[in-house]
Amino acid sequence: MEIRTDSTSLDIDRHEGNLIKELRSSSTKPVTEPSGWLSEDLKRNIFLTTVDNVLNWGRKSSLWTETAFTACCTFEFISLSSSRFDIARFGMEVLRSSPRHADLIITAGTLTWKMAPQIKRVYEQMAEPKWVIAMGACGITGGIFADSYSVVPGYNRILPIDVYIPGCPPRPEALLAGIELLRKKVEKRSFLQG
Amino acid sequence: MLSEFSLIALFILIVMGFATTLVLIPQALKKIGIVPSKPSEVKYEPYECGLETIGETWVQFKIRYYFYALLLITLDITVIFLYPWAVELKNLGSSSLGVIFSFIGILAVGYIYAWRKGALEWK
Ligand code: SF4
Repeated sequence: MEIRTDSTSLDIDRHEGNLIKELRSSSTKPVTEPSGWLSEDLKRNIFLTTVDNVLNWGRKSSLWTETAFTACCTFEFISLSSSRFDIARFGMEVLRSSPRHADLIITAGTLTWKMAPQIKRVYEQMAEPKWVIAMGACGITGGIFADSYSVVPGYNRILPIDVYIPGCPPRPEALLAGIELLRKKVEKRSFLQG
Repeated sequence: MLSEFSLIALFILIVMGFATTLVLIPQALKKIGIVPSKPSEVKYEPYECGLETIGETWVQFKIRYYFYALLLITLDITVIFLYPWAVELKNLGSSSLGVIFSFIGILAVGYIYAWRKGALEWK
């Protein structure tokens, strides 16, 4: 069904409901992040390694975060981004409101099926290469709301997750540890993987 | 006389060269394969906070917004001038009161003119 400017709100609701139903029925299994490349022993020559080092250094030092924060975990992220924990040290203090500028999405909060299509769309619109950190119990499994009919049981149903950070909510220190892990992961990437 | 502006011409050239290089570098890197490129239909659609766009993305705004913006800027500038004046009021003495009132008076004439002309009405 097409949505036009003269569609009634009922039409729009129905369209949205169908989208959600579709997404829900098509994401019953967790998306696995292909991690084979992490242990890959690619025969690399010196030139490639140097290019990789330079690229990865740039990428890991400017992990710009998309602001897609859905629930309470956000407050720990806000605390992380302000002066006490200071993620400017990692070049991450620029929170982008447009997915075109962002290469990291930190899933701070419970995700409901109603929000799921939006988050998925934002992720799809982000520039390559992109990373996802699942933050908090809700980000990993749905947390205390896992049994609810309306809550997505873990962001990994719709996005490939790179790093999981447990906690409800995780302390900013835990988030920092997660970011450290992600930076290590970024370092291992080779541009040959595309 | 004209040669005094040659530096500005040079500046413009440098700026244009810089801007073009910045645009071309990612394109070149994409060609070599260093910058990953995975285009998809969704990625090239307009970003509307994750929602699908309803109707046209490029819409025209009414020209009347321009008048409001213009009048607002004058108001803004008045405030910018008033603020340091208010802070220094004690030192400046009572004579500054007359000065600032004539300043506001000049602006008020413009405002009243715009008002009478109907610039504040939404048509
Ligand atoms: S993990 Fe806890 S703090 Fe974080 S969004 Fe879920 S309920 Fe809130």
